[in-house]
Amino acid sequence: MSGNDAVVEGAIRAGLDCYFGYPITPQNEIIAGMAARLPPLGRVFLQSESELAAISMVHGAAAAGKRAMTTSSSPGVSLMQEGISYLAGSRLPAVIVNIQRGGPGLGNIAPAQGDYFQATRGGGNGDYRTIVLAPDSAQEMLDFTFEAFDLADQYRSPVLVLSDGRLGQMMEPVELRDPPARKRVEKPWALTGAKGRDAFFICSLRLPVPELAEHNRVLQKVYREIERREPRAEAYRTDDALLVFTAYGASARLCREAVDLLRDEGLKAGLLRPITLWPFPHKKLLASLKKAKTLVVTELSYGQMLDDVRLAVAERVPIEFLGYAGGEAPSIKELVALGRKLLKKSRRKNASKGKRR
Amino acid sequence: MIATEKKVFTRSPVLTPNITHYCPGCGHGIVHRLVAEAIEHYGIRERTVCVAPVGCSVLAYKYIDIDMSEAAHGRAPAVATGIKRARPDLFVMTYQGDGDLAAIGTAEIVHAANRGENISAIFVNNAVYGMTGGQMAPTTILGQKTTTTPTGRAANEGPPIKVCEMLGTMDAPSYIARVTVDKPAAVRKAKQAIITAFGRQLDNKGFSLVEVLSPCPTYWRLPPVKAVKRIEEWMVHTFPLGVYKDKEAENA
Repeated sequence: MSGNDAVVEGAIRAGLDCYFGYPITPQNEIIAGMAARLPPLGRVFLQSESELAAISMVHGAAAAGKRAMTTSSSPGVSLMQEGISYLAGSRLPAVIVNIQRGGPGLGNIAPAQGDYFQATRGGGNGDYRTIVLAPDSAQEMLDFTFEAFDLADQYRSPVLVLSDGRLGQMMEPVELRDPPARKRVEKPWALTGAKGRDAFFICSLRLPVPELAEHNRVLQKVYREIERREPRAEAYRTDDALLVFTAYGASARLCREAVDLLRDEGLKAGLLRPITLWPFPHKKLLASLKKAKTLVVTELSYGQMLDDVRLAVAERVPIEFLGYAGGEAPSIKELVALGRKLLKKSRRKNASKGKRR
Repeated sequence: MIATEKKVFTRSPVLTPNITHYCPGCGHGIVHRLVAEAIEHYGIRERTVCVAPVGCSVLAYKYIDIDMSEAAHGRAPAVATGIKRARPDLFVMTYQGDGDLAAIGTAEIVHAANRGENISAIFVNNAVYGMTGGQMAPTTILGQKTTTTPTGRAANEGPPIKVCEMLGTMDAPSYIARVTVDKPAAVRKAKQAIITAFGRQLDNKGFSLVEVLSPCPTYWRLPPVKAVKRIEEWMVHTFPLGVYKDKEAENA
């Protein structure tokens, strides 16, 4: 099945109650899939008048204690930033899937990764973060969408699944499974009508300075806990790697193939694939660099994840950067050639160092 | 002999005892009371969720003792849609001002109405932005002076948007009415309209909206009594009172 269909499958398995969305390419299989599958299950599907409305409908359903989600692609997710900020400020759980396309603006419908900053820095106003999960296969589109609901509930926070048009459209075998679920949390804060209790007001509004200051401290405490507990990455053949690629999502798939080809030539290459883009897996990246002489960062954008890599790695190893946009991507041949060149260069350098000694 | 005291008025238990922050002569206090009394009328406080406005009445949750959710400016009908679709058993309403409903949230109210969304909207129209300090609203009357129309709203800024007339053209809404609160008789009529609107939702008849023409003495630059008189002298000509859509009457 396609990655987009896998999102639908993962969400339904996770117990999605209410889906609201607005059509945009390249994620239309999701909204169509939801329209076909949710009503027969007695769950809510509604096509909204805009992405602004979709995310606000998600807000309402989440405030009523339900599992709610929306999906979109880059320009649509930009419109949703208003609502995501309100969700974060109101501490409401929700799942947002972004099947990224080329930008800025209307750009095109080709796969891209230009929304990394928006996703990982809290793309709306105010000081907040959202967990960002980055799948690299149709299987992970299912698994991560499923997990996103548990994470959202656990931390009372919107959670993003950041994918792209290539993963969304690509068909590959998917095991229809329920990934390990976390403990289902109660929602005693939900709006149900004030029966036998005081009335609740779910809001981001805190007019008095001490109240908003305290609210921000609480949010930051949650974010620190997420940073401690949730960073995730996949280390692929990095144990003895002299050259480490780091890339996420579709870019990581290309790098993995390049690593295998370099290994076939006897060259020690590896891949560190961040799975959570926020929290960024700093420690896992550093651990993968034990032997590394060079780190290659590849993105379908011009140096966004690169910032996080630099924060993690500092000057420890030289960093090479490969950026693409507008739907272009590196060829595996190009990655292998670069890997070969860099590995041979570092070997020569080592050899000459040896001579001097 | 002392005549027996007769109690003629009690604060609705759906209102909190808090004193409101509204300016003297503002209509919000009356509209809050009418909403609370309508909720009390149906005995639905314990299953009511209101989507709070952005504007002067952003603090409405302090005065009406019911569950509330915030919405971004203009998005109340979308948030209410989310709540209602998630929990159709709840009574879900929005309380919105003119900037909220008729400018930034035009798309949301039009589409909620067009879906016949089973929610109720209370639309307080005072022809000006109050919270931000008296700027032109979508319902500001031609010639009306505001901080952003210092010489009066001009033709090229557009005539005021007539929400009831616009939504009244749609097939789906159940009940659309415009009322005011400028004198006791009008307040009683307004309450009846709100009760009718809420009843439509409770009977699963779909979308209802009551527009309330309300005075804003502060940004009309008038003393409260003159501001109230101004509604009849000046506002009602642009925004005629009445029922703009009543599906039950049409069907009868």
